[in-house]
Amino acid sequence: MGFASAFYPPVVPVPGGGGKVGVEDRKQQMARQFIEAIPHSRALGMQLEEIGEGRAVIAMDYDPRFVGDPETGVIHGGAVSALMDTCGGAAVMSHPGVASTATLDLRIDYMRPATPGQRITARAECYNVTRSVAFVRATAHDADPDRPVATATGAFTVEREPSA
Amino acid sequence: MSRKRPEPVQVVKQRRDAALRSLVHGVPYIQFLGIEFDRRGDELTAVLPFDERLIGNPFLPALHGGVTAAFLEVTAIIELSWSTIWEEMESGRLDPASLEGAPVPRLPKTIDFTVDYLRSGLPRDAYARARINRSGRRYASVHVEAWQDNRSRLFAQATGHFLMPGRDG
Repeated sequence: MGFASAFYPPVVPVPGGGGKVGVEDRKQQMARQFIEAIPHSRALGMQLEEIGEGRAVIAMDYDPRFVGDPETGVIHGGAVSALMDTCGGAAVMSHPGVASTATLDLRIDYMRPATPGQRITARAECYNVTRSVAFVRATAHDADPDRPVATATGAFTVEREPSA
Repeated sequence: MSRKRPEPVQVVKQRRDAALRSLVHGVPYIQFLGIEFDRRGDELTAVLPFDERLIGNPFLPALHGGVTAAFLEVTAIIELSWSTIWEEMESGRLDPASLEGAPVPRLPKTIDFTVDYLRSGLPRDAYARARINRSGRRYASVHVEAWQDNRSRLFAQATGHFLMPGRDG
Protein backbone atom coordinates (compact mmCIF):
# COMPACT_ATOMS: atom_id res chain seq x y z
CA MET A 1 0.00 0.00 0.00
CA GLY A 2 1.01 3.58 -0.32
CA PHE A 3 1.36 6.09 2.47
CA ALA A 4 0.68 3.48 5.16
CA SER A 5 1.27 5.20 8.44
CA ALA A 6 0.30 2.59 11.01
CA PHE A 7 0.51 5.04 13.87
CA TYR A 8 0.37 8.76 14.09
CA PRO A 9 3.99 9.65 14.88
CA PRO A 10 4.22 10.13 18.65
CA VAL A 11 4.79 13.68 19.84
CA VAL A 12 7.65 13.91 22.31
CA PRO A 13 7.82 16.96 24.60
CA VAL A 14 10.78 19.27 24.04
CA PRO A 15 13.38 18.59 26.75
CA GLY A 16 13.55 21.55 29.09
CA GLY A 17 10.59 23.14 27.36
CA GLY A 18 8.70 23.16 30.65
CA GLY A 19 5.36 24.85 30.68
CA LYS A 20 6.51 27.65 28.40
CA VAL A 21 5.75 25.83 25.15
CA GLY A 22 2.85 27.71 23.55
CA VAL A 23 0.01 26.15 21.56
CA GLU A 24 1.55 27.36 18.28
CA ASP A 25 4.94 25.91 19.18
CA ARG A 26 3.28 22.63 20.06
CA LYS A 27 1.45 22.53 16.71
CA GLN A 28 4.60 23.34 14.75
CA GLN A 29 6.49 20.70 16.68
CA MET A 30 3.81 18.10 15.88
CA ALA A 31 3.90 19.05 12.22
CA ARG A 32 7.66 18.78 12.07
CA GLN A 33 7.69 15.43 13.82
CA PHE A 34 5.01 14.09 11.50
CA ILE A 35 7.33 14.56 8.53
CA GLU A 36 10.52 13.61 10.35
CA ALA A 37 9.00 10.23 11.22
CA ILE A 38 8.72 9.43 7.48
CA PRO A 39 12.26 8.81 6.14
CA HIS A 40 11.44 9.37 2.46
CA SER A 41 9.50 12.59 3.13
CA ARG A 42 12.52 13.80 5.09
CA ALA A 43 14.81 12.78 2.18
CA LEU A 44 12.72 14.99 -0.13
CA GLY A 45 12.80 17.86 2.40
CA MET A 46 9.01 18.04 2.82
CA GLN A 47 7.65 20.64 5.22
CA LEU A 48 4.20 20.26 6.73
CA GLU A 49 2.63 23.72 6.79
CA GLU A 50 -0.93 23.04 7.92
CA ILE A 51 -2.89 20.03 9.10
CA GLY A 52 -6.28 19.35 10.67
CA GLU A 53 -9.91 18.37 10.06
CA GLY A 54 -9.18 16.26 7.00
CA ARG A 55 -6.93 18.79 5.27
CA ALA A 56 -3.18 19.14 4.90
CA VAL A 57 -0.69 21.47 3.20
CA ILE A 58 2.86 20.23 2.56
CA ALA A 59 5.67 22.00 0.68
CA MET A 60 8.89 20.82 -0.96
CA ASP A 61 11.79 23.07 -1.97
CA TYR A 62 13.37 22.88 -5.43
CA ASP A 63 16.40 20.59 -5.44
CA PRO A 64 18.61 19.78 -8.49
CA ARG A 65 18.70 16.13 -7.32
CA PHE A 66 14.95 15.82 -8.04
CA VAL A 67 15.21 16.93 -11.68
CA GLY A 68 13.50 14.60 -14.19
CA ASP A 69 14.40 16.42 -17.39
CA PRO A 70 18.01 17.65 -17.40
CA GLU A 71 17.35 19.68 -20.54
CA THR A 72 14.80 21.93 -18.81
CA GLY A 73 15.62 21.46 -15.10
CA VAL A 74 11.98 20.53 -14.39
CA ILE A 75 11.31 18.38 -11.28
CA HIS A 76 10.43 14.72 -11.99
CA GLY A 77 6.74 13.79 -11.83
CA GLY A 78 7.68 11.06 -9.35
CA ALA A 79 8.79 13.62 -6.76
CA VAL A 80 5.47 15.44 -7.23
CA SER A 81 3.68 12.07 -6.77
CA ALA A 82 5.55 11.49 -3.49
CA LEU A 83 4.50 14.95 -2.29
CA MET A 84 0.84 14.38 -3.30
CA ASP A 85 0.74 10.92 -1.68
CA THR A 86 2.21 12.21 1.59
CA CYS A 87 -0.16 15.17 1.61
CA GLY A 88 -3.19 12.97 0.88
CA GLY A 89 -2.17 10.53 3.63
CA ALA A 90 -1.66 13.39 6.09
CA ALA A 91 -5.13 14.79 5.28
CA VAL A 92 -6.73 11.38 5.97
CA MET A 93 -4.76 10.97 9.22
CA SER A 94 -6.01 14.35 10.41
CA HIS A 95 -9.67 13.43 9.86
CA PRO A 96 -11.37 12.89 13.23
CA GLY A 97 -11.45 9.25 14.30
CA VAL A 98 -8.89 7.96 11.80
CA ALA A 99 -6.10 5.89 13.40
CA SER A 100 -4.13 4.93 10.30
CA THR A 101 -4.34 4.87 6.51
CA ALA A 102 -2.77 3.49 3.34
CA THR A 103 -3.14 4.57 -0.30
CA LEU A 104 -5.41 2.33 -2.41
CA ASP A 105 -4.97 4.31 -5.62
CA LEU A 106 -3.77 7.71 -6.71
CA ARG A 107 -4.26 9.39 -10.07
CA ILE A 108 -2.18 12.43 -10.93
CA ASP A 109 -2.84 14.80 -13.83
CA TYR A 110 0.13 16.92 -14.84
CA MET A 111 -1.17 20.29 -15.99
CA ARG A 112 2.12 22.03 -16.76
CA PRO A 113 5.81 21.73 -15.85
CA ALA A 114 6.69 23.26 -12.46
CA THR A 115 8.95 26.30 -12.89
CA PRO A 116 12.56 25.28 -12.10
CA GLY A 117 13.87 26.85 -8.89
CA GLN A 118 10.44 27.30 -7.32
CA ARG A 119 9.07 25.56 -4.24
CA ILE A 120 6.09 23.22 -4.80
CA THR A 121 3.15 23.28 -2.37
CA ALA A 122 0.50 20.55 -2.24
CA ARG A 123 -2.95 20.91 -0.65
CA ALA A 124 -5.12 17.87 0.02
CA GLU A 125 -8.61 17.46 1.43
CA CYS A 126 -10.83 14.50 2.19
CA TYR A 127 -14.02 15.29 0.28
CA ASN A 128 -15.80 12.18 1.48
CA VAL A 129 -15.01 9.72 4.25
CA THR A 130 -16.93 6.49 4.83
CA ARG A 131 -16.33 3.91 7.57
CA SER A 132 -13.50 2.31 5.62
CA VAL A 133 -12.52 4.60 2.72
CA ALA A 134 -11.43 8.22 2.38
CA PHE A 135 -11.77 9.99 -0.99
CA VAL A 136 -9.12 12.65 -1.40
CA ARG A 137 -8.54 15.54 -3.81
CA ALA A 138 -5.23 17.39 -4.04
CA THR A 139 -3.59 20.14 -6.06
CA ALA A 140 0.04 21.23 -6.33
CA HIS A 141 1.31 24.64 -7.36
CA ASP A 142 4.60 26.52 -7.57
CA ALA A 143 5.02 30.26 -6.93
CA ASP A 144 1.88 30.92 -9.02
CA PRO A 145 -1.04 29.64 -6.91
CA ASP A 146 -3.58 30.31 -9.67
CA ARG A 147 -2.13 27.83 -12.16
CA PRO A 148 -1.73 24.36 -10.59
CA VAL A 149 1.14 22.20 -11.84
CA ALA A 150 -0.75 19.02 -10.98
CA THR A 151 -4.02 17.75 -9.54
CA ALA A 152 -4.68 14.38 -7.96
CA THR A 153 -7.52 12.20 -6.75
CA GLY A 154 -7.10 9.16 -4.62
CA ALA A 155 -8.79 6.57 -2.44
CA PHE A 156 -7.21 5.77 0.93
CA THR A 157 -8.01 3.04 3.44
CA VAL A 158 -9.42 4.12 6.82
CA GLU A 159 -8.50 2.30 10.01
CA ARG A 160 -10.70 3.67 12.79
CA GLU A 161 -9.68 4.34 16.36
CA PRO A 162 -11.40 1.85 18.65
CA SER A 163 -14.57 3.55 19.87
CA ALA A 164 -14.69 4.23 23.60
CA MET B 1 24.71 -13.59 -52.93
CA SER B 2 27.12 -12.28 -50.32
CA ARG B 3 25.78 -11.83 -46.81
CA LYS B 4 27.21 -9.25 -44.46
CA ARG B 5 29.08 -10.86 -41.60
CA PRO B 6 27.29 -10.25 -38.26
CA GLU B 7 29.06 -7.91 -35.88
CA PRO B 8 30.95 -9.47 -32.94
CA VAL B 9 28.65 -9.91 -29.93
CA GLN B 10 30.75 -7.65 -27.66
CA VAL B 11 30.45 -4.77 -30.10
CA VAL B 12 26.67 -5.10 -30.21
CA LYS B 13 26.37 -5.39 -26.42
CA GLN B 14 28.68 -2.49 -25.78
CA ARG B 15 26.72 -0.26 -28.13
CA ARG B 16 23.34 -1.13 -26.59
CA ASP B 17 24.56 -0.88 -22.98
CA ALA B 18 26.22 2.48 -23.63
CA ALA B 19 23.00 3.85 -25.13
CA LEU B 20 20.96 2.66 -22.15
CA ARG B 21 23.50 4.03 -19.66
CA SER B 22 23.53 7.47 -21.20
CA LEU B 23 19.73 7.55 -21.07
CA VAL B 24 19.40 6.41 -17.43
CA HIS B 25 22.41 8.11 -15.86
CA GLY B 26 21.58 11.51 -17.27
CA VAL B 27 18.44 11.94 -15.14
CA PRO B 28 19.25 13.23 -11.61
CA TYR B 29 16.04 11.91 -9.98
CA ILE B 30 16.69 8.35 -11.24
CA GLN B 31 20.13 8.59 -9.58
CA PHE B 32 18.58 10.03 -6.41
CA LEU B 33 16.31 6.98 -6.05
CA GLY B 34 19.12 4.60 -7.11
CA ILE B 35 17.13 2.94 -9.94
CA GLU B 36 19.09 0.76 -12.37
CA PHE B 37 17.98 -1.05 -15.55
CA ASP B 38 18.74 -4.65 -16.40
CA ARG B 39 18.71 -5.35 -20.18
CA ARG B 40 18.08 -8.63 -22.01
CA GLY B 41 17.97 -7.86 -25.72
CA ASP B 42 15.48 -5.02 -25.96
CA GLU B 43 13.64 -6.05 -22.75
CA LEU B 44 14.24 -3.85 -19.72
CA THR B 45 13.67 -4.60 -16.04
CA ALA B 46 13.90 -1.68 -13.66
CA VAL B 47 15.58 -2.49 -10.33
CA LEU B 48 15.11 -0.41 -7.18
CA PRO B 49 17.67 -1.55 -4.58
CA PHE B 50 16.30 -1.10 -1.05
CA ASP B 51 17.52 1.88 0.96
CA GLU B 52 16.39 3.27 4.34
CA ARG B 53 15.61 6.62 2.69
CA LEU B 54 12.84 4.96 0.66
CA ILE B 55 10.78 4.07 3.75
CA GLY B 56 7.35 5.68 4.17
CA ASN B 57 6.26 3.88 7.31
CA PRO B 58 9.04 3.12 9.78
CA PHE B 59 6.70 1.06 12.01
CA LEU B 60 5.85 -1.68 9.47
CA PRO B 61 8.33 -0.88 7.77
CA ALA B 62 7.07 -0.26 4.22
CA LEU B 63 8.24 1.57 1.10
CA HIS B 64 6.81 5.09 0.71
CA GLY B 65 3.84 5.17 -1.68
CA GLY B 66 5.53 8.07 -3.44
CA VAL B 67 8.64 5.96 -4.04
CA THR B 68 6.48 3.23 -5.59
CA ALA B 69 4.72 5.78 -7.82
CA ALA B 70 8.03 7.35 -8.85
CA PHE B 71 9.61 3.95 -9.56
CA LEU B 72 6.71 2.99 -11.85
CA GLU B 73 6.72 6.35 -13.63
CA VAL B 74 10.49 6.22 -14.20
CA THR B 75 10.10 2.68 -15.61
CA ALA B 76 7.39 3.84 -18.03
CA ILE B 77 9.35 6.88 -19.26
CA ILE B 78 12.60 4.94 -19.76
CA GLU B 79 10.76 2.12 -21.58
CA LEU B 80 9.19 4.64 -23.98
CA SER B 81 12.49 6.45 -24.65
CA TRP B 82 14.35 3.17 -24.96
CA SER B 83 11.91 1.80 -27.54
CA THR B 84 12.50 4.90 -29.69
CA ILE B 85 16.30 4.79 -29.26
CA TRP B 86 16.39 1.04 -29.94
CA GLU B 87 14.58 1.40 -33.22
CA GLU B 88 16.81 4.24 -34.38
CA MET B 89 19.99 2.58 -33.15
CA GLU B 90 19.27 -0.80 -34.74
CA SER B 91 18.28 0.75 -38.06
CA GLY B 92 21.56 2.65 -38.06
CA ARG B 93 19.92 6.09 -38.07
CA LEU B 94 21.32 6.85 -34.62
CA ASP B 95 24.98 6.53 -33.71
CA PRO B 96 25.04 5.64 -29.99
CA ALA B 97 28.52 7.18 -29.73
CA SER B 98 26.76 10.52 -30.15
CA LEU B 99 24.77 9.80 -26.96
CA GLU B 100 27.82 9.22 -24.74
CA GLY B 101 28.37 12.27 -22.56
CA ALA B 102 25.79 14.20 -24.59
CA PRO B 103 22.56 15.59 -23.11
CA VAL B 104 19.82 13.03 -22.53
CA PRO B 105 17.54 12.56 -25.57
CA ARG B 106 14.29 14.47 -25.23
CA LEU B 107 12.05 12.51 -22.88
CA PRO B 108 8.29 11.87 -23.11
CA LYS B 109 6.21 14.05 -20.77
CA THR B 110 3.69 12.51 -18.39
CA ILE B 111 0.09 13.58 -19.04
CA ASP B 112 -1.46 11.48 -16.29
CA PHE B 113 -0.43 8.55 -14.14
CA THR B 114 -2.63 6.24 -12.04
CA VAL B 115 -1.09 3.95 -9.45
CA ASP B 116 -2.91 0.97 -8.01
CA TYR B 117 -1.38 -0.06 -4.67
CA LEU B 118 -1.98 -3.77 -4.22
CA ARG B 119 0.03 -4.52 -1.08
CA SER B 120 2.72 -2.97 1.12
CA GLY B 121 6.13 -2.50 -0.45
CA LEU B 122 8.50 -4.56 1.71
CA PRO B 123 11.91 -3.29 2.82
CA ARG B 124 13.77 -5.12 0.04
CA ASP B 125 14.63 -4.71 -3.66
CA ALA B 126 11.78 -4.07 -6.10
CA TYR B 127 11.48 -4.77 -9.83
CA ALA B 128 9.28 -3.36 -12.56
CA ARG B 129 8.54 -3.88 -16.23
CA ALA B 130 6.58 -1.63 -18.56
CA ARG B 131 4.43 -2.61 -21.54
CA ILE B 132 3.66 -0.05 -24.23
CA ASN B 133 0.02 -0.68 -25.07
CA ARG B 134 -0.22 2.03 -27.68
CA SER B 135 2.40 4.30 -29.12
CA GLY B 136 1.31 6.92 -31.61
CA ARG B 137 3.14 9.84 -33.11
CA ARG B 138 2.09 12.15 -30.26
CA TYR B 139 0.55 10.05 -27.50
CA ALA B 140 1.47 6.80 -25.80
CA SER B 141 -0.29 4.60 -23.25
CA VAL B 142 1.89 2.49 -20.97
CA HIS B 143 1.14 -0.12 -18.30
CA VAL B 144 3.69 -0.95 -15.59
CA GLU B 145 3.86 -3.83 -13.11
CA ALA B 146 6.05 -3.96 -10.00
CA TRP B 147 6.89 -6.89 -7.78
CA GLN B 148 9.39 -7.94 -5.13
CA ASP B 149 9.93 -11.59 -4.22
CA ASN B 150 7.44 -13.22 -6.60
CA ARG B 151 6.88 -12.12 -10.17
CA SER B 152 3.23 -13.21 -9.92
CA ARG B 153 2.52 -11.28 -6.70
CA LEU B 154 2.51 -7.64 -7.82
CA PHE B 155 2.73 -5.00 -5.09
CA ALA B 156 1.72 -2.18 -7.44
CA GLN B 157 0.68 -1.52 -11.01
CA ALA B 158 0.11 1.67 -12.96
CA THR B 159 -1.19 3.08 -16.23
CA GLY B 160 -0.06 6.37 -17.69
CA HIS B 161 -0.44 8.52 -20.77
CA PHE B 162 2.53 10.35 -22.22
CA LEU B 163 3.19 13.09 -24.73
CA MET B 164 5.96 12.00 -27.07
CA PRO B 165 8.78 14.43 -27.91
CA GLY B 166 8.80 15.85 -31.42
CA ARG B 167 10.96 13.79 -33.77
CA ASP B 168 12.46 16.81 -35.50
CA GLY B 169 13.26 18.99 -32.49
